[in-house]
Order: sequence, then structure tokens, then C-alpha cells
Amino acid sequence: MNPVATPFFFYFLSAMALISGVLVITRKNPVHSAIALIFTLLSLAGLYLMLYAPFVAGVQIILYAGGIMVLFLFVIMLVSVSRVERESQFNKQWLVGIAATAALGVLFILVYAKGKSVFPERTVQLPEQLNTQQVAVWLYGTYMLPFEIASLLLLVAIVGAVVMAKKRI
Amino acid sequence: MPGAISQWFSAGDYLLALPMILLSIFALGILLIDLMLPPEWKSINAWTAGIGLAFSTAAVIRIHLAYARAGQGVLSYTGFMGSMMVDRFAIYFFYLFLVGAGIAILMSAHYLEIERENHGEFYALILFSVVGMMCMAAGFDIVLIFIGLELMAISTYVLVGFLRSDRRSNEAALKYLLLGAFSSGIFAYGLSLLYGLTGSTNLQLIGEHLATHMRENPHDPIAILALVTTSTGLFFKIAAIPFHQWAPDAYEGAPTSITGFMSVAVKAAGWAMLLRIFLSGLYPMRPIYVPLLVFVAIATMTGANLAALTQNNLKRLLAYSSIAHVGYMLLGLIAGSSTTPSATGIQGILVYLLVYTFMNLGAFAVITSLRRRDVIGDEIDDIAGLITRAPAEAVLMLIFLLSLAGIPPLAGFYGKYFIFLSLIETGHYQLAAVAVLYAVFGLYYYMRIANAMFMRKAVDTRPVTLSPAMATALAITGIATVGIGIFPDLFIRAAGWSLSIAQPLQLTSLFH
Amino acid sequence: MVPLHYYLLLSAILFACGVTGFLIKRNIITIFMSIELMLNAVNLSFVAFAARWHVLSGQVFVFFVMVVAAAETAVGLAIIIAVYRTRETLNVDQVNLLKL
Repeated sequence: MNPVATPFFFYFLSAMALISGVLVITRKNPVHSAIALIFTLLSLAGLYLMLYAPFVAGVQIILYAGGIMVLFLFVIMLVSVSRVERESQFNKQWLVGIAATAALGVLFILVYAKGKSVFPERTVQLPEQLNTQQVAVWLYGTYMLPFEIASLLLLVAIVGAVVMAKKRI
Repeated sequence: MPGAISQWFSAGDYLLALPMILLSIFALGILLIDLMLPPEWKSINAWTAGIGLAFSTAAVIRIHLAYARAGQGVLSYTGFMGSMMVDRFAIYFFYLFLVGAGIAILMSAHYLEIERENHGEFYALILFSVVGMMCMAAGFDIVLIFIGLELMAISTYVLVGFLRSDRRSNEAALKYLLLGAFSSGIFAYGLSLLYGLTGSTNLQLIGEHLATHMRENPHDPIAILALVTTSTGLFFKIAAIPFHQWAPDAYEGAPTSITGFMSVAVKAAGWAMLLRIFLSGLYPMRPIYVPLLVFVAIATMTGANLAALTQNNLKRLLAYSSIAHVGYMLLGLIAGSSTTPSATGIQGILVYLLVYTFMNLGAFAVITSLRRRDVIGDEIDDIAGLITRAPAEAVLMLIFLLSLAGIPPLAGFYGKYFIFLSLIETGHYQLAAVAVLYAVFGLYYYMRIANAMFMRKAVDTRPVTLSPAMATALAITGIATVGIGIFPDLFIRAAGWSLSIAQPLQLTSLFH
Repeated sequence: MVPLHYYLLLSAILFACGVTGFLIKRNIITIFMSIELMLNAVNLSFVAFAARWHVLSGQVFVFFVMVVAAAETAVGLAIIIAVYRTRETLNVDQVNLLKL
């Protein structure tokens, strides 16, 4: 049973992820960037499905594309977009930045081309039916303490956001 | 994983986490109590935070006693299925964090009233960040280390920006957050590669698998990429050059008591994480990471000492000085991971962090006390003529500065002494020479402050008043700085004790 | 069947994309989006490695990265609002009271 994980879907989804990823950093209007980012997130969710991680894919769509991106759009609406459009979008050291990351990209490609022998050619199918249950077992087993700390982290985020954004506490 | 969930964890697991649990309870308590407090009673929050720290210290002592009772036989207590390891190394750092947070709270109480930002959230966030630090020091699983790091970092971002009406504070928080999030991204990428190479998130297993992997293909590019990205993230967190840009800005813009807190406790937590990862997880890669460390250490000492020369803002100057101290401490790690490793280097780092906690917090406490309603008090001109305005403080500041410079009878000397000793033990004579040179160089900018205090005329001649809490903070840091200098044995033995576990388990077991 | 290192290469390129955005953009909100791109690249490589080792711990790490991303975004956007309130700009180059 191996119907979804065809190479066609991989190439389609990764092309979509890459194109919208590039759009995120090249569009001038932050709203456009945000929408491009949503497309990246959705195509990554598709790739997670191909990698036998249905629960991660679901959370990616609900939490990331649904929650975090709405937060982004909210703030973009809150601060004015029109004046951002009039300013130039890249900073002074953009040439250095692009050169540095082009070098980084080439380095990555070389590293993975040279180092691919470390990894096996084929990924093996994971039991998809039990995925969510297995994730829960990990979360309440080995990762019990990090899971609790994550709740504190979210609390700190709430308190911090209120402290920073509210005029009078 | 056999049995029901209730059988997976025992009371022992929760005892190991008790210091964190207590701190969280008190932080939540502060958040709730603060809602009901009338403005003139806000000092209760500081008291609650202090009591929370005291309870947490008691819990750490309880674990400490368990080790004392078990004797040398017990190497370490792990909890939560191996994700947490409260060994002596972790306990040492727990004490450091608690002391640092305690003194920072003493420094804050009056300062926040002057800034009119006396809210309970401040203390709650300090306590939460200490919980995060404890996770970093005790984490033996990259998941726990990562989440602890973020808990500490996000609390600190907010604390840096806590003076919300002050533009400098806002901007500092923004820059700190942007660079912090960026470095976390790089760090997480490195962790993902480490996981990919070893198939585990536990540091012990990562170390073992990485050792096999490095034996099979010693120059695997992916392993090197993993090492470089992980250590970039770590260097960002301890503010080593070339990844230091956030530090001077964040230190300058933050409330002064938080600057002190960041320069000691947050830095110590970064070091705890760095030592854990380098000495347990990445240890098999030491032929590759030692040259990297040498480069970063030299760049850090050079850049920071040069930049500190021209600073006129006290907080910025001390920020660069704290970066320079990171450079010296990195030398200890180089000695600790050279071919004939010396535990003295690691012990030196631990001693250094201890003495640094007191002397640096002391210096920041003096700067904090210069703040008034109408004077910001963090320029070098503001400290001019301090000897006429507050003689006791001026003398204390001189002690802290001499100690930071590493002048012999004071505490700071012993930190540098052990590091240089370890370099000589392992045959890094050139590095030792360079480090001594820079240490002498550092004397110049510390003496610039001293010169302003004693030789120049005061611009503002009003005497400096101290709140009782601030006086306590100054007394503790002053006594500790002098005391450690005069009776170093006790503290050096404490650092050695905390290593006595790390040595057999992490250092020697991996020396093949 | 798609080889594993294709996924890793995609993740690396997305990561480089995020780094580029972080280094060259001026608008603070877009810089934040670049950081989200980086974190998503990290997530992709974690999920891919989880498939390579048949261990789900990699997938679980993804949840923690997501929690971190959410928390960082929330606090970051709140700080942006605070900065915007005091100086009415979102341009990094103009947030320059402190030297860079």
C-alpha cells in the first residue's frame, strides 16, 4: 500500500514549497509574503504525509497555517502596510547577505551530494495507523518533562505578549 | 515502556524536578497575587520571589544531601526516562542560578520603583527563566535542553524590554529577540542533523553513536555541518565573537538589574548547555572542534578587548568585558578537550563562572544604584567623583574592577589562574601567552572607570542613597569577591566536587 | 520511492532561503517570516530523519519546535507593537538608537 508517496507528488510539493519560499523573501508587501508562507507551510504538510507523519501534518495545518499565520496577518493589519510599501525593501548589506547565503546554499548542496552515502537510499514505511498513539506515548513517556516545560513556555509567551503590547498593566 | 503511565515515573523523578516545580509554583503565585495587590504593596512580589528561591534552594540541598549520603558510589541520578540528569555538575549550576537570581532581585526592588514599572510579572519572569536554566543544566536530552533554552530566552527577551516606555529598552528587546530566534533556528538545525546521524535525542547515545560514526568515516561532511551549526547556536548564546552583536545592545538597553542577571545567570546557563553538549554529545568530534574553538577564543579576546577600550557607556563597557571573559573561559574548554585532556580546564571554567557571578553582579549593582528619577546613570561621566559622593561604594567598585581584571588577592584571579594553568598543562603555551597579554590589556579599561571614580570631579554632587535591599546585594557580592580571594580552597573544592562526576562519566569514558 | 537526501536537500535550501531573508530584508515582520521558514526547514529534516530511523522521536521534536515558534512569534509581534508605538516604523535600519 503505497499510493501517495509517488515521486510526482514529491516534485510537485517541493517545487511549490521552494517557489513560495522564495516569494516570501522577495515580495515587498508583507501580506503577500504571509500568503506565500502559508503555501510553503501547506506543501510541507503534504511532504509530512508522504513521510508517514499524518499527525504532524495535521498539526502543521491547524497550528502553523491556521494559528501562527493569522497572528502574523493580524499584526500586519495593525501596523500600517502602506508606508512599508514606500520604503525600499532590502537593507544596505543585501549584496553581502545574498553572497553569503549563495555560498551557504552551494555548501549545503555539496555537503549533501558528498554525504548522501551516510543515508540509505530508501525510506521505509512507518506504521501510519498507530502514529498518533505512538506520538502520545513518546510525549508522556520520555518527553514528559519537556512537555511540561513547554506549557510553561506558552504561559511565559502569553504573559510576555501582554506585558509588551498592553499600554497599562 | 511497560505498564500503565502511572508506573513510568516514581517519586524520585519528581524529587529531581522539585527545584523547578517549586519555582514554577511561586512564579504562578506571584502572577495571581499581583492582581490583588494595591500599588503601594508591590514589594510583596519581590519577597515572594525571594521565598520561592529559598524553597528551591532547599530542594537543591535535599538532592545534594542525597549525594552526600550515597557516597562516591552513586555517579548520577537520572530522571524522566533519562531525559534529565541531576548530577553534581547540574547541582553546582543550580546554586549559581539561584544566587544570581537572588542578587538580581535584591537589585531590582528599588530600581523598578524609580522606573515606575514595578509589576509582579517581572519577578515571575525571572523565576521562569531560572526554571529554563535548570533544564539547560540538567537536561541530558536535546529536547529538554532546547525547550529549556527557549523558556529562558523568551523570559529574558521580555525582561530586557520591560521598561516599555523607554525606546532603548524596546529596541534592545527587539534586536535581542531577532538574533536570539535566528540563532535558535541555526541551533535547531544542528540538532536535527545530530539526530539524523545518530537516531537518538539522548546526549549519551548521541555521543556513543557519533563515536562509531566518526570511526567509520572521520571526515563526514554532514557530521561537520552538524558540528558547525550546533556550535554556532551555542556561541550565539554565550556571546562569543563573531556571534556577539546582540550582547552590547541588549546589555545597554535592558534594565540595569537585568543586565547584571543576563551577564551572570543567563551566561552561566549557556555555559552549562555548551559544556554538556561539547563534553557529552560532540566529544568524539574533538579533533575537529578544537581548531574552531581556538579561532573563536582568539577572535573573542581580541575583538572584545579592543572594542571595550573606546566605550563611554558603563553598561556597554561591561558588556564587552563580559564578552572578553567568555574568550578566556573558552580557553579552558580547549584545554579540557585537547589530546591529553586536563580536567583543570573545565574546573577553571566552573570556578570562573562562580567568581564572575559575584564580581560582575557587584559592578552592576553599583551602576544600578546610580539611577535616580532624573539621571539614567550609566555613562562613565555619571560615575565620576564617586569617591566623594559615596566612598564605600567607590571602594567596592574598585574591588570588583580589580577582581574583573584578575589582580591576585581577589576572586577573579583564581578563575584566570586555573585556566592559564590548564593551558600550560596541556602544552598550549602560545595561547597562554596571548591570554595573559590580553588580561593585562583589560586592566586599562577597568582602570579608566577607576580613574573616573577617584580622580575626576563629580558632575552631580548629590550623595548616592542606598535602599536596604541594594545594600544587602552589595554586601553579599563584596564579601564574596574578597572572601573567595582570601579563602579560595573551599570554592575550588566545590568546583572539583561538581566535576568528580563529570570526569568518570563524561570525560574519561570517552577518552579512548 | 523518493530517496531521503532529496528531502534533506529541500530542507537545506529552504533553510538557506530563510537565512537570506533574515540577512537582507528590512521589514521586521518579513524578517520574522524568514525565521519561520528556517524553523520549518528544521521540522522537515526532523520528520525525514524520523522516517530514516523508524523512531518517532524526531516527529515529537517537531511539536516542540512548533511550540517554540508560536511562543517566539507571539512575544516578537508584541515587541514589534511596542516598538511601533514609540517610533512609528518597522524598518530595521531606522531602529538605530543603539549602535549595531
